[in-house]
Amino acid sequence: MRRLLLPLLLIAAPALSDSRMAAAPLANVQLPDAQQERQAKALMETIRCLVCQGQSIADSDAEMAGDMRSLIRERIQKGEQPEAIRSWLIQRYGDWVTYEPPMSRTTLFLWALPVILLLLGAGLAMGRIRRKAKS
Amino acid sequence: MRKILLWLPLALFALLLGIMGHGIINPEQTTIRSKLIGTPVPQFNLPAAVPSHPALKSSDLATGKPVLLNIFASWCLPCIAEAPVLEELKAKGVTIHAIAIRDTPEDVARFLVEHGDPYARIGSDVSSRVQISFGSSGVPESFVIDGKGIVRHQHIGDIQPQDIPKILKALEEAR
Repeated sequence: MRRLLLPLLLIAAPALSDSRMAAAPLANVQLPDAQQERQAKALMETIRCLVCQGQSIADSDAEMAGDMRSLIRERIQKGEQPEAIRSWLIQRYGDWVTYEPPMSRTTLFLWALPVILLLLGAGLAMGRIRRKAKS
Repeated sequence: MRKILLWLPLALFALLLGIMGHGIINPEQTTIRSKLIGTPVPQFNLPAAVPSHPALKSSDLATGKPVLLNIFASWCLPCIAEAPVLEELKAKGVTIHAIAIRDTPEDVARFLVEHGDPYARIGSDVSSRVQISFGSSGVPESFVIDGKGIVRHQHIGDIQPQDIPKILKALEEAR
């Protein structure tokens, strides 16, 4: 039995790593105003969960994601603009927290890449067409 | 020249494959640091988490002398490991304030009795609101705040015995 103690404890640990509190008031409750709920949902889908990295807070069941959803819904209900809430979060957690990376020196290449590739393709196609026309 | 150009797409593809392979073998483990370092603490006013300790508001963090703000919870296992280390810091003269995340007065009181009580003030943050406004992403986490209420240092995870000199140094620098 003693030898089992550590493995058992390790299995039990995740169960203990959540609080016993109920979810925040608006974590899983939609806003009565459909337009506001749409705005809130759209924002949540582009805010990254801090504990379960790789998921948006809309997809995550983590308690902190629930708290962030409630925070977003409350602030939208008060009439705040989604982009203002996004920048408030970026101010605290950095660009990392948003799935819509803002234009900055590090993300410039990311944003410019599609245009560069398109131009490259157009150039390539033009060259081909011209050569064909000549021959 | 033409021959080299012909191999270019394959080379690029191999490079891409390499980058992807590297990403799979070394999965990214990001700790998200708060961006508030060097800026004033966010405005907040939390109720007391337990009757035995006074409540916590932002002005309590700007009293002319550096303090340690510990974000903890009674349901958080590493916080139990951290408790004796915080007591050691307190014995060294550090003022420690705390924010209890998603907690009930009964649970916090039990935690303090069972694991030690290094705290001067404890605010209760039931919906993680203040934690989020600090840019903190979990428990336990600690912030060194200078006398003017400017966030100077963030420690992510539990403060372990070997971290004590680092925390003391950050507090000294915040003086």
